[in-house]
Parts: sequence; C-alpha cells; structure tokens
Amino acid sequence: MTKPLQRPKRKDPTKRTRLPLLPQGARSRQAQLLTRTAAEGRFELPTCNACGAVHYPPRDACPKCLSDTIVMSPASPLGTLLAETTVRVSPDVFFRERMPWRIGTVLMEAGVSVVAHLHCDVAAGQPVRLAWHLDRSGQAVAFAWPEQETPNMADDIQARELTLDPKFRRVLVTDARSAVGQACIRAFAEAGSAIIFAGLAEPWKPCSDLDVLRKMSGLEIMTLDVTNGDTITELAAEIGARVDIVVNTAEHVRPGGILDRPGITVAREELETGYLGLVRLAQAFAPVMRFRGADGTHAACAWVNVLSIFAQANWPAYGAFSAAQAAQLSASHALRAELRPGGVRVVNVFTGPLDTNWFQTVPPPKVTPTQVAKAIVDALKRGLEDVYVGDVAEDLRARLADNPKAVERDLANER
Amino acid sequence: MVAIKTTPRMTYDGVVVAMPITVPYQRYSIKAAHWWIGRALQAVVKTAKIRLADIDGLAVSSFTLAPDSTIGLTQHFGLSPRWLDHIPLGGASGIVALRRAARAVQSGDCSIAVCVAGDTNHVDSFRRTLSSFSRFAQDAVYPYGAGGPNASFALIMSHYMAKTGATREDFGKLAVAQRTNALTVPHALFKKPLTLESYLSARAISDPIHLFDCVMPCAGAEAFVVTRADIAKDLGVPYARILSTIERHNAFADDPIQWRGGWAVDRDELYGMAGVSVGDVDFVQTYDDYPVISMMQLEDLGLCEKGAAPTFVRANTFTTDGSCPHNTCGGQLSVGQAGCAGGYIGLVETIRQLTGQTSGATVPDAKIGLVSGFGMITYDRGLASGAALLGRA
Amino acid sequence: MATPSIAPTVLAQLVLAMAEGKIRIVDLTQTLSPDFPTLVLPPELGQCAPFRIEEVSRYDARGPAWYWNNITMSEHTGTHFDAPVHWVSGRHLPNGAVDSIPPADFIAPAVVIDMSAAAANNADHELSVDEIKAWEKCHGPVPPRSWVLLRTDWFKRATVDYVNLKDDGPHTPGPGPAALNYLVHERNILGLGVETIGTDTGQGAHSNPPFPAHFVLHGNGRYGLQCLMNLDQLPPTGSLIFAAPLKIRNGSGSPLRVLALVEGRPS
Repeated sequence: MTKPLQRPKRKDPTKRTRLPLLPQGARSRQAQLLTRTAAEGRFELPTCNACGAVHYPPRDACPKCLSDTIVMSPASPLGTLLAETTVRVSPDVFFRERMPWRIGTVLMEAGVSVVAHLHCDVAAGQPVRLAWHLDRSGQAVAFAWPEQETPNMADDIQARELTLDPKFRRVLVTDARSAVGQACIRAFAEAGSAIIFAGLAEPWKPCSDLDVLRKMSGLEIMTLDVTNGDTITELAAEIGARVDIVVNTAEHVRPGGILDRPGITVAREELETGYLGLVRLAQAFAPVMRFRGADGTHAACAWVNVLSIFAQANWPAYGAFSAAQAAQLSASHALRAELRPGGVRVVNVFTGPLDTNWFQTVPPPKVTPTQVAKAIVDALKRGLEDVYVGDVAEDLRARLADNPKAVERDLANER
Repeated sequence: MVAIKTTPRMTYDGVVVAMPITVPYQRYSIKAAHWWIGRALQAVVKTAKIRLADIDGLAVSSFTLAPDSTIGLTQHFGLSPRWLDHIPLGGASGIVALRRAARAVQSGDCSIAVCVAGDTNHVDSFRRTLSSFSRFAQDAVYPYGAGGPNASFALIMSHYMAKTGATREDFGKLAVAQRTNALTVPHALFKKPLTLESYLSARAISDPIHLFDCVMPCAGAEAFVVTRADIAKDLGVPYARILSTIERHNAFADDPIQWRGGWAVDRDELYGMAGVSVGDVDFVQTYDDYPVISMMQLEDLGLCEKGAAPTFVRANTFTTDGSCPHNTCGGQLSVGQAGCAGGYIGLVETIRQLTGQTSGATVPDAKIGLVSGFGMITYDRGLASGAALLGRA
Repeated sequence: MATPSIAPTVLAQLVLAMAEGKIRIVDLTQTLSPDFPTLVLPPELGQCAPFRIEEVSRYDARGPAWYWNNITMSEHTGTHFDAPVHWVSGRHLPNGAVDSIPPADFIAPAVVIDMSAAAANNADHELSVDEIKAWEKCHGPVPPRSWVLLRTDWFKRATVDYVNLKDDGPHTPGPGPAALNYLVHERNILGLGVETIGTDTGQGAHSNPPFPAHFVLHGNGRYGLQCLMNLDQLPPTGSLIFAAPLKIRNGSGSPLRVLALVEGRPS
C-alpha cells in the first residue's frame, strides 16, 4: 500500500537546504532512443525492422539477425516481475541518500528482460506495467507500476523521483489574463497544488474574467509582465524561493508572416513576450529553482513552456509568430540543459491553434484552453518532457517525423 | 545452409602450467595497476631465475590499467614478447589466458608465456569502475540504484532461491567453509573465523545479499607461467598438467534471468577431453564473487544435478580436509577481490595444490583439480564462463 | 561708461532672480518607468512601446567601474511632445517633425485653465468655448503663441483611475472640438498640454472629427504635451515653459523633460 502523500510541513528557515544531486546521466547514442519515447510518454522497445525481433538494452545491431535497422516500436508494457532486490548500499552519491531503493528484473510480454525501478505495490511474481520515465538526469529509465491502479499510486516515493506531480506544490502561472492561464489556475487547484501564484500584467487594465477566480483560496494574483523586467525581479524577490513549478502561459499571437506585415514592431513584441519573456523569467526564477531541486519532499521540479506546434515548423499564415515560437523553443533547450544540475525539468507543451480570438479565422480542430491546462497537469503527473495537445499538434508531430520538407510545402498553402 | 563440422579438440600434451605467484593484497593502494603487475613479473623472473628477454609471451588482465593495455606494458617493463594478449575478462580472465597461452606455447608461437592479472584499488576506484563498466551497465543498470554487482547478483540470487529452495544457511555454509580454509593462508585479508551466526546476522547490502556474501574489492596481483614441460624441468620449477579446458560466452541468452552458465553447454567435453569423470576431481575452485554463483557452477559442472546445489551443499563440508574441498585458499570471499586477479586466484591456487606449493592447508593426495571462471556482468548476467581440469605431473 | 547690451542684462537678471528664489522651477515631468501606462489601442493595431530599461553594467563584470542602462520606448511614452507630423492632418506641413521645428518654439509662455472640478465630477468632461471665455474674463485673452495647459489633477490619480478603462474604453477629460478650433483659430495658441495620456479625451474616437485635438492642433502646425504633472503648482498666467523634444530625425514626437519657470516664491 502506498503511503498517501502528506502536505509538507513548513520549512525551518534555519535549516540548510539539501543540494541537488543527479543519477548518472551518461547514455550511449542508441540508448537515447528511449529518451525520446520517455519524453513523449509512449511505451516502445528497440525493435529490428528487418526481422521484427525485440531486444533490450538498446543495441546497434539486432542480436537475432545483425541488421542495423533498429527502430523504436510500440510494445506491450505488461510484464512479470521475476526478481527484486532492495539496494541498501551504493557508492553513488545520488542513490546513497535515497536508500533503501528497490529494483527488479521484469520479463516483458515482448520477451526481453528489463531491470527497472519498482513501485512499492509490486512484488516478485506479480504482473507489472512498465513505463519509460525521465529521471532527474533527463535520461530514460524503466519504472514498474502495478498492473492495476492501486490506492495513492502516484504518491510512491520512488515514482516521485520521476514524476513532477503538482500535488502540494507551489505553482506560478505567469499570465492570468490569458485563457490558458486561467484554465491552468483551475487545473492546478484541482490537482491539489498548495499555492497558485498568478501573474497579471498591467493590472490597471480591466480583466473581468478574473473576478470569479479572485475568490479562490490559495490563489495569489501578483503583478507580472514578462516584457517588464522590473516586475519579474520584484516578484522573484517576493516569491522566488517558494515556486516549485513555473508554467509560462504568456503569449503574444498575431497573424501574418514576413511580407504582409510591414515593419518589425509586432515581430519584436512577439519576441519580447515569447523568447525574451522566457529569458527574463528564467534569469529571475530558474537559479533559485535549480538550487532548490532537492529541497524536501516537494522540491522545485518543473518549468513548463506553453508553445505552439508551429515552433517546430513555420506556418506562414502566422509566420512571424512561428519564428518567435521557434526562438522560444530553442531557448527552452538551453534552459533545460542549464536547469539539469538541479534536477529541475523543462516541459514543453505544444498546442495546435487555440480556440481563442487570435485564431478566430482558423477552422477547427482547435484546442481549448482547458485541454491545454489538463495536458500540462497530466504531463507533470507523468513526468513528460514533450507534450502534444490536440489533433493538429499530433498530426504535425507525425508528419515532421515522416518528412519535414513535405510539412514545409503543405503549411505554405494552409490558411 | 552448410552444416559446420566440428573437429575434436587437441590435447595439451607437453604444455604445462607453473609458477603460481600472488602479490599479497591490500585493501587500498596508492600504487597504479602497473606497479602490481610489475611486482608479479619480477616474482616470475626471480622464481624461475630467467632473464627478462626469456619472457617471450605475455597476457595481461586488468580493469584499472587505462589508458594502457598490454602493449604499453612491454615498453613499460622492458619486455619484447613474440606473443601478446590483453584479456580483461574479469572472473574468466585466468581460464581464458590459460587456454590462449597454452595453444601459443603448443604451436611454438612462444615458449614462456607469463599470464598476469593485476589491479589497483584507489579509494574511489570501485565507484568509477561500476559507473563505466560496460555500455549496458551504463545504459540499463547503473542508473537503477547504482548498487553495482551486489544489486545485479541479488536479483539472480533471489530468483535462484525462489526456484531451488536454497536458503541463506546454504550460502552461509560455503562462505564459512571458505573462511576456515583461508585461516591458514597468510595473505588472506580476512583473518578472523566466520560463524554461520555472524554470516546470518550481517547487515543487508542488497536483499538477499548480505555483507558476507560479498567480496572485498582490493589491490593485488596473481600470475602463472605456461610453458613446455621440458622447459619447466630445465628451470627446475614444479608444474601441473593441463588436462582440458572449456570456454563459452553469452550462453543461454534467452533465459529471462540467469540461473545457469556456459559450463552446462561444454561440460561433457571438459571431462571427455581429460578422460576423467566428475568423481575423479579431488578439489574444486569456483569463481566465488557470490556464493550463489559457486552453487550455480557446482551444478553446471556436474557435481550435482541442476537445481540440487542446496542439497549438495548440505551434504558436504567444502573444507580442505573434508568432502568436496572448495576454494581451498579461501577464495575471493576471504582473500579479497583484486579486480581481474579474482579470475586468477582459483587457477593459481590449483597450481599450488597440484605442485605442493600451498601457503595454507593442502588437500591430501590431490591429483586432479577443477577450476572454473565466470565474469563480466555487463547487463543482467555474467557473460563469460570457462573451466579447466589440471592434473598433478 | 558703456551701456551693457539688453540680452545679457535680461539673462543676468533671470539668473539673479533664480538664485534669489524669486523664480521657481516646477518640474512638469512624470518619471519614466516601465510601470507608467501607455495609450491603449485595439490590439490588432500597431502599439506604443512602453518604457523599458535594461542594465548594461553596474560596477560588475559587465563594466567594472560604471553603471548604465539601455532604454527603449515609443516617441509617445511618458511625458512627451507631439509634433505636427504625428497626425495625418499635419503630414504635409513644413518643419513639422521634432528635428525641424524652430527651437524658439521650445521656450514659450503658458496659461493654465483649471478644469479639475468639472473633471472630478465627470471623467468625460470636454472643455467648452464658454469655459475658455469665462477664464478669459478673469485673466484676459489667451495670448498668442502660448501653451494652453489643462489642469485636471489627473496626474494625482492611481494608475487604474488615471487610465480609467471601462468596458467601452478609456474615460479621461480633455478639450472639445469647438474649444480647439477657438484656441487655434481665434487665439493662435502654440500648443495644448494635458495631464492625461493623450491631448484628446478618452472617448475622443467618437468625436467629429475623431481625436479632434490631434486633428486640429497638428493640422494647424501646433504641438501637444501629454502626461504632464504638477499643473496645480502653476499660476493661471505668467509661467514660462521649457519643452524641447529630442532631436530625432523626422521624429513624430519625443519623451522630454518639461520645466516651468514661475515668478514668485512657493505659496
């Protein structure tokens, strides 16, 4: 039985903060195939494209036919725990302070044996459901979950080293004026977050949508404008050491590409909010989060960027916006690397066109703000890194994996 | 497809193994692996009263030699061999080195092949070795609790216990017997007797592995010389005969979890080539990184049926003066594990037993010794296995 | 004995008067800060950039002995000057940009019309010709080529009330179309200065013509000053305004420091 998570006690301000450590993150190039599948929350195993044999650990040639066409293919995540051990001694500094630690050998239905981290509700001889998760080093590891949901399953101590569950954590949603920001506030409240700080730019501008939310307990609306560094530093000074999860919902969407939108004023605004907004926020909040990566049971754990799928492929109808999103996406990868020493993970949530004013003329399918917010909370609970919300985003992901050049040509004609 | 025909193995007639060398182990050393190997080589030269130039074959086994390999050692030690090998195969190093050196000597590629295993142990060596031991360990084992071989063998052991009914008392019996054997060996790192009670009450390391199931990493070196019988006679060094050997890697790859090793594939050839049966064996040296692996070897080498090692253990004493003498110098569990030297210790002790050169107790009238090697757990199982039957000259 | 020339004597007298405190200097400028609001337009239109400041170095690794910032803003951010070319009605006038306006226009007398009481009652209050005439009864006709400064006490308001955005847009006081025509055509003023974000009323888009202050002032080569403060410290007549915009090539306006010289000691 999983011990239910308790609301953490207030931190003793006289105590030293434990410094973050990482499990070993070195992996072979081929093992990084698992990293991608873990980042996207799929269950796949290395498979030979020539003979179909599944193998593990990842190899550079099939151990049955020596073909080098190894791909990741969907596989049954079910298996049986053959043996388990409780590791009590390790020379590794990360695991040393987390002992005892349970691992086991899982025989998968696909026929391979996988050494995996174990959930406390699984035991030798029992069926398990295996999942790839990213650990604090950012690399994929196997985790054996109970085959069927058990009470408080997500609260397992070892699982929480891999997930980013917002329960009892303190969240900063950067733009409460946006529809996605407001949906996030509701979703995090539902997920049991301890405090939700919500940023509001130019508070002198009316925002009647917020009136209902203002009454919500645990919600604190604070002045925050990602284009105004002063508001960021002031807010970071006030709450920086209490933010465990940042969800950057700030956006500046305008239609138009390069030629049909003369001048660079709007393009600059898109960069100011998107790319530079991320940089400003990160410089103010991320260093403290990185330091607090192992701060108790509810340490700083995640930085969420809400991005357009057109960060990955330019949609000329929103061409300048797409370019700014691409800059933000690229910056998020730098931030991901820079936050890694703290074990703080960067989660990128890619959405198709949102069902908001700025995509008014875009035909469906469109993504509702609630869908985005739910996807964010789900991604945190599962510890995902790359999340695709809605049919358009999923479609583009698949098409980009298939033929990026075709995507470029096709998007040129889409309005 | 063409059916590949196998030919019978050649015997090792005229090839002998001599000069068992042990450079006494230290828990931690500030010296490099090169130092330990150098001590072993000097001991060979002094024992045989030969010149450096007489060493025309060299095989080295080491994990801590980086960035060097055996070739760098030729210049390092002023050697000019005409046969050279690098065999960092952990617990199988000794058997594999013996096999290769024996064929080199037999074919005339060299006359005096020195096989050396030496490793140092700095304060942080163990952790560094674990974290980069193999690609599979890096990709699929070390990130899981970083328990090292203790955790990996704990999985094998817990599965073995569930499958065979082996108890901790059974493993303890082997460990206690080895300690008894070690008490007469001057260079054993463990010098206090071990009782079954203290074995059972020792702290858990990675369940079901407890402290006295584990070897102690240390620094040290072991060596032996493979040469022709006539050369050994000329040098005046006692020697043992090589009756037969086997080697097999990545056997039973489809077993979901390891509970047998490559010995089971080639066991009949081992006894057949030597012309003996398992009953003729006077003592056994298994690779004892954990008692469970010794039990697996006892089964796969035919001393008992598969899965019957627990019963077999309960029926024998395993002491030098008792039934089925086993790991007669105390093995790695009592002497220490000096890296790849752990793959030589059983072979060196076997030569000692068969040539009357033991430093501790001697198995009375021993004529045939069985020595086994096992090693290289790169993912979830030991990949390398080998065995040899040696006979008194 | 040589008679000193007139100009030095006047300036010397001015310097002396200032030194003796007989002339006060009133700063009519809002502090430039990122938090100061800018004009709110429909979001699909081009937007006025707010003031932004980024530290370049502060006696640190980026510049060990010096502190400085990079700043960005619109020509129409904070306390600022509107040139005739700012509006479509003034686009063809000669010398209509900040770099070509005769510098003599940057120093001019001012009158202050106090409409703060009416503005307090009605945020949409429009200054009428009658109100101007009533003022002229007390203080004489508005002198030609002088600034008319509308005192509303708007600068004293908190930001949210200063911008005063409602469901139907901003509500702030300013001049009515008739008043503007009167001031420009009957009185030949130099320009109009206000405390609010624009010279027009908040609802000026609904006037005819839309944004009459901008249309009439700039269409006739007159200037605007916006986001002024401390107009309550100026007398109705007799103050002298120094309002020199930055010399931006073909600039439509500029943030600037606006100073008023007032005779007499502070009351």
